[in-house]
Amino acid sequence: MQEYLLHLADNALILGHRLSEWCGHGPALEIDMAMTNISLDLIGQARNLYAYAAELEGQGKTEDDLAYLRDVNGFRNVLLVEQPNGDFAQTIARSFFYDSYNYFYQKALCESHDKQLAAIAEKSLKEVAYHLRWSSEWAIRLGDGTEESKQKMQAAIDDLWSFRGELLTPAAYEIEAAKAGYGVNPLEIKEEVEKKLQEILLEATLDLPADGWMHSGGKTGRHSEHLGFILAEMQFLQRAYPDSTW
Amino acid sequence: MNSEFPLWEVFIRSHGGLNHKHVGSLHAADADMALENARDVYTRRQEGVSIWVVPSEAITASDPEDSDPFFEPAKDKIYRHPTFYKVPDNVKHM
Repeated sequence: MQEYLLHLADNALILGHRLSEWCGHGPALEIDMAMTNISLDLIGQARNLYAYAAELEGQGKTEDDLAYLRDVNGFRNVLLVEQPNGDFAQTIARSFFYDSYNYFYQKALCESHDKQLAAIAEKSLKEVAYHLRWSSEWAIRLGDGTEESKQKMQAAIDDLWSFRGELLTPAAYEIEAAKAGYGVNPLEIKEEVEKKLQEILLEATLDLPADGWMHSGGKTGRHSEHLGFILAEMQFLQRAYPDSTW
Repeated sequence: MNSEFPLWEVFIRSHGGLNHKHVGSLHAADADMALENARDVYTRRQEGVSIWVVPSEAITASDPEDSDPFFEPAKDKIYRHPTFYKVPDNVKHM
């Protein structure tokens, strides 16, 4: 169960960190705040999950130990969420792929036999529903916008497409979690996720890329070089000044 | 947001039963985006339970030059204030 919880928490933390990198750099004040709001939602979700994982581990660890003192190969997030922000369209594509998956995932997780996990999912679902609405609308606006925005949005969808496969391919710990009744096997939600994706891309007048070769590895700790850079910045303070507090 | 996007005025109802109050303005391409932007900019600290957005251009404002004829005449008509009544103790919210 530990690995499963870390997978969920790491997805949220790393995407939250990526979105936080937009703080002060958003294309407009309103969008800047929207992205940092979403970032804070995700980091909050990660905190709940890390705290629960630390509690289950029962070795006196805290959420901070799990977030700040693990190395790259200890992280179980999908490769999609560690991809760089790129331009605004790429950030939107990454968020949209993740949100359209995460929404149905959290919905299914509300049915978890584990009360704590179900409660965390229920709280997260409200936030994630807004994330999905936000990233879908931007995908539609940019796709069905000007010639330039459409071209950029399509390029972003095409670029990140090969990172989608990993979301819907279960890792061993997800299969086990679903069998034991506390987790979700992503194959259970695959149909809904694909349907939502097609619906939005159609409305955005964007082409659905062909399903070709897909990246994998993040779920089992084999990451792209990007994650190392993220951790170097995110973990710096705790590594340089262990146990420092506000 | 760049100046190509029109300006919207934002009104927030802070609690059920209270009226919507003007809280500020923002730029957005259309009403949907204005609502979402208002949610993200003006309600992130639980400021509201309902949002109205109105295109700023739909608002007609009084001209500051008219302030004498508009507002001056009310100044010396203190009897219009309902302050000359004794309010019974058990009447609240007056």
